Amino acid sequence: MQRIGVFVCHCGSNIAATVDVEKVVELARMEPGVVHAEDYQYMCSEAGQARIQAAIEKKGLTGIVVCSCSPRMHETTFRKAAERAGLNPYMVEIANIREHCSWIHKDIEEATKKAVILARAAIAKVNLNTPLKPGESRVTKRALVIGGGIAGIQTALDIADAGYEVDIVEKTPSIGGRMSQLDKTFPTLDCSACILTPKMVEAGAHEKIHIYTYSEVEKVSGFVGDFTVDIRKKARSVDMDKCTGCGVCQEKCPSKKTPSEFNRGLNNRSAIYTPFAQAIPNVPVIDREACIKFKTGKCGLCAKVCQAGAIDYEQQDEIITEKYGAIVVATGFDVIQLDSYDEYAYSQSKDVITSLELERIMNAAGPTKGHLERLSDGRAPKEIVFVQCVGSRCSDDRGKSYCSKICCMYTAKHAMLIRDKYPDTHVTVFYIDVRTPGKNFDEFYRRAAEEYGVDYIKGQVGKVLPQPDGSLLVQGADLLDNRQLRIKADMVVLAAAIEPDPSVRRIATMLTASIDTNNFLTEAHPKLRPVESPTAGVFLSGVCQGPKDIPETVAQAGAAAVKAIGLLAKDKLTTNPCTAHSDELLCNGCSTCANVCPYGAITYEDRQVNDHGIREVRRLAVVNNALCQGCGACTVACPSGAMDLQGFSNRQIIAEVDAICR
Amino acid sequence: MQEAMKECNPSVSSQILRERAGQLLTDGTVARVLAWKKGDLPHNPEPAFFDSAEALRDLTYDAFCGANLSKYMIEASKLEGKTLVFLKPCDTYSFNQLLKENRVDREKAYIIGIGCTGKLSGEKIRSLGIKAIETMEGAEEGMLCPGREDTETEDGRGAILTFQTLYGQKTCAYGDAMLERCHVCKGKEHKIYDELLGQSHDTKDAERFAEVERIEAMSPAERFAYFQSELSKCIRCNACRNVCPACSCRKCVFDSNKFDSAQKANADSFEEKMFHIIRAFHVAGRCTDCGECSRVCPQGIPLHLFNRKFIKDIDTLYGEYQAGDDAESKGPLTSFTFDDAEPGIVAERR
Amino acid sequence: MPIETKEEFRPKIVAFCCNWCSYAGADLAGSSRLAYPADVKIIRVPCSCRVNPMFVLRAFEKGADGVILCGCHPGDCHYSTGNYYTRRRMTLLFSMLDYIGVENGRTRVEWVSAAEGVKFSATMNDFVAKIRTLGENVRLEDIRCKKQ
Repeated sequence: MQRIGVFVCHCGSNIAATVDVEKVVELARMEPGVVHAEDYQYMCSEAGQARIQAAIEKKGLTGIVVCSCSPRMHETTFRKAAERAGLNPYMVEIANIREHCSWIHKDIEEATKKAVILARAAIAKVNLNTPLKPGESRVTKRALVIGGGIAGIQTALDIADAGYEVDIVEKTPSIGGRMSQLDKTFPTLDCSACILTPKMVEAGAHEKIHIYTYSEVEKVSGFVGDFTVDIRKKARSVDMDKCTGCGVCQEKCPSKKTPSEFNRGLNNRSAIYTPFAQAIPNVPVIDREACIKFKTGKCGLCAKVCQAGAIDYEQQDEIITEKYGAIVVATGFDVIQLDSYDEYAYSQSKDVITSLELERIMNAAGPTKGHLERLSDGRAPKEIVFVQCVGSRCSDDRGKSYCSKICCMYTAKHAMLIRDKYPDTHVTVFYIDVRTPGKNFDEFYRRAAEEYGVDYIKGQVGKVLPQPDGSLLVQGADLLDNRQLRIKADMVVLAAAIEPDPSVRRIATMLTASIDTNNFLTEAHPKLRPVESPTAGVFLSGVCQGPKDIPETVAQAGAAAVKAIGLLAKDKLTTNPCTAHSDELLCNGCSTCANVCPYGAITYEDRQVNDHGIREVRRLAVVNNALCQGCGACTVACPSGAMDLQGFSNRQIIAEVDAICR
Repeated sequence: MQEAMKECNPSVSSQILRERAGQLLTDGTVARVLAWKKGDLPHNPEPAFFDSAEALRDLTYDAFCGANLSKYMIEASKLEGKTLVFLKPCDTYSFNQLLKENRVDREKAYIIGIGCTGKLSGEKIRSLGIKAIETMEGAEEGMLCPGREDTETEDGRGAILTFQTLYGQKTCAYGDAMLERCHVCKGKEHKIYDELLGQSHDTKDAERFAEVERIEAMSPAERFAYFQSELSKCIRCNACRNVCPACSCRKCVFDSNKFDSAQKANADSFEEKMFHIIRAFHVAGRCTDCGECSRVCPQGIPLHLFNRKFIKDIDTLYGEYQAGDDAESKGPLTSFTFDDAEPGIVAERR
Repeated sequence: MPIETKEEFRPKIVAFCCNWCSYAGADLAGSSRLAYPADVKIIRVPCSCRVNPMFVLRAFEKGADGVILCGCHPGDCHYSTGNYYTRRRMTLLFSMLDYIGVENGRTRVEWVSAAEGVKFSATMNDFVAKIRTLGENVRLEDIRCKKQ
């Protein structure tokens, strides 16, 4: 039996004016287990806390109930007071007789009655409380960043600058990501490469940063502070230590028919290649699917011309296992496939392109060396139509329900750049809405429309019809003038929706990080914890969490870094002791609990049990206390009642129910 | 005559089962056989393990072998070697569900999916006034169920079963003596098996949710009175719980101190409600609707009406779901969609 | 001769509130002095998904006249998915209670955020009014728990 002390607070007149505190004390004293009860002006004051401590010590209390304001207010205060007196802080329960009683009721008799019932419920609960001890877990002071685009680079730089080791895993042969494919950036019209390359170089040269390119995360185990990750380093067929990056191999390679991923397939690359000139690391990879040596065994030209002797056809994939305290996901995005949007004739005409393809065409290092020309015949387009929201804000299954956020701005940028460089080219933009929230964004759009004479038409394009003369007939509606338009265009640019990189699904599963129906990673709280995943120790950087432009991505990358640094700075993590716990004699091993756990905190082990003399090996649920956040979803999913929540156990809650209904 | 009978009867007999089980025992494929043996009365064969070819003499399979053997595989999975288990089409759903919950070991089971042509209910035969049965004809598996061309009768209720009882000869139509679950048969497909023996016959001739709908259409007072009268018969013998393949906890919450709910005394009307609601809730989304609970209830309480209410709600609110259809998919209570119906829909539907 | 007055029916109502949204919403109702009947007694749980159907039935068994669960709005759960499970579990449980003839007005789930003190108070006022019209719970109560 517990020895319980009840402490009723007047809170000045906040409680005492409507609740007869003496009556509460008197009735509480009669409850089972209660050996001490008193009231005081302000229990949270120094003097009040001293009274609690004195009573604990003098009367040997094993549990206390404080009838006062909301536990959200002073639970911690009273727990600390109890701890100072040598009582386990989790032996404290609060009866909320202020917010839930005195402040909302006027009738003293009624309020007093309710206060007594609330006190009884708390007493009934504390009778069943057990001392709880927060656990501790260690923190590996190293972070993993998955994805080497601008989000991943920025996060890695920030974490490394704070003095922690960071590894970047990038699946392509170079870091840089989507930003490296862009020509100019809005709204400043900076050259994308000019601002990105220094960051890439810095990351590549940073002593605390290790970059695994052409590599993928293979397996993740462990939990916050102590993840173990397997990284597959795909065989590059080039020795990274020997290669000098001279580029001769790429020039001499006879296999030059593979569509360039970097240039969105608009031109071809060699079988041995670096994706772009500024690649970090500047070491090529051999695409074994395209390489003649790998396909036929003959050739080997690259090995012959390589002065450094870096070519290694025998190289194998390598698995690297590393420990991390924090993981940042920065897997970025891709534009959607346009297969189901055949009305825009994307697959029928080379002159219907996506905006990302236009970026490559406009770029001096791109397939047309920066000249704006039609890919079908090389002619300069005189009439260009931009179509907004291709697959964004889509109400049917073909596209995405969300706004891709960046399209309005990059289209204004493209229109402006084209009008600036080729003033005799006419540009029309079909839009649903123009959305330009952001610093200097609306001004930028207005400049495009007003100063650069870009024709903005509110309406949607119904069809693009390739004509026998090579032109494109664009049929659209002008909703403001309520008329149908037919434009004979030379080029059509589609603002295709962006979606999370497809690799994110696998990664989210490995990390047990939750993902929404659009494959964006879910944040721990949409407003208050936007860069954390609900899975402890996993942070979100960039578009993997939702559509963003570059400045937003960089800001979020920094925020994710700070959260990761905050974690890495700790030597040990204190874990919330109010976690789920499975009774091994009752557990069926059915996995139902694991199915509803949002944190992947429940695993299964085959363990020897002694069930009243029956010794057998059983499959049992085991809760990782470092991962469990104590929501209790598993306790209800468990049919046998094996799973229970410490601090909010089934019996404790039932005792409260019984006390209230008594 | 004997030959002709065999020809028009593609279903399995006890003898065929014995032979195949004998082969598998002898060649060492399995260490034991889980099947049915004759009970103390002709119409209640019971589940049994057989571990030798000689023991197989007692193996029986007839139209009274309604018992679902899946649950016994939980214990069999702990034994050395494989167990041969005979599963009827509807039993395989339960096996799949147990597999999904890691309660049985697929490697330890050699499953022969056997034909089923509708099973008979001793309870129903009793309720037709046929008591103290000494012998009977026509209950050999698959002979006489309704809908079979060779034995069809004009009224579609199947052929006639003949009983010799203490009170003289009695008869009833096969269809009238069939278990409730066979009238709403899930079909003749075995969901999991190593080999198949015999053919099945879909005996479905009623709507699965008709009875639930009938109750739903009553007034709250009528519904309360109906369940009050049904559940007050409950003697808390736990037969429904013990037979249920989904209700397979090592220790039931009603036997543990976890909820302060350990309670067996039949002291008032509500305890039974609590027990049956929670029992049905715990198997919601896991219950394959095998109907064993109603089959074994000594008080004849239509317990499946609780489970089937949950199934109906799950089907209408969250999309059709058949527990045990496979061994992988997530159940309806361990998954959700962002736009699920709000609990208020219960009031709105009325 | 004294006039017999029928005592006003005061229902017993158990409200399970999640720690992060609804309990804070109730606190806000309190600090904003938004009154609701004292018949409502709140039990704090970490998340609405902690509420076991056993708790709801237990309350009724022990004489509660109404049980209400409050949690974060769908999509705002502190534990990201807890209230989605609550939603399914309670929909099915309430439907079952309705099926066995228990008046469905006695059970409710309401999503109340930490900022919705007004909603909390209004919800409780409405719920208590509803239970008052339904009267005493006789269909689920354990007869042994009845006051003699």
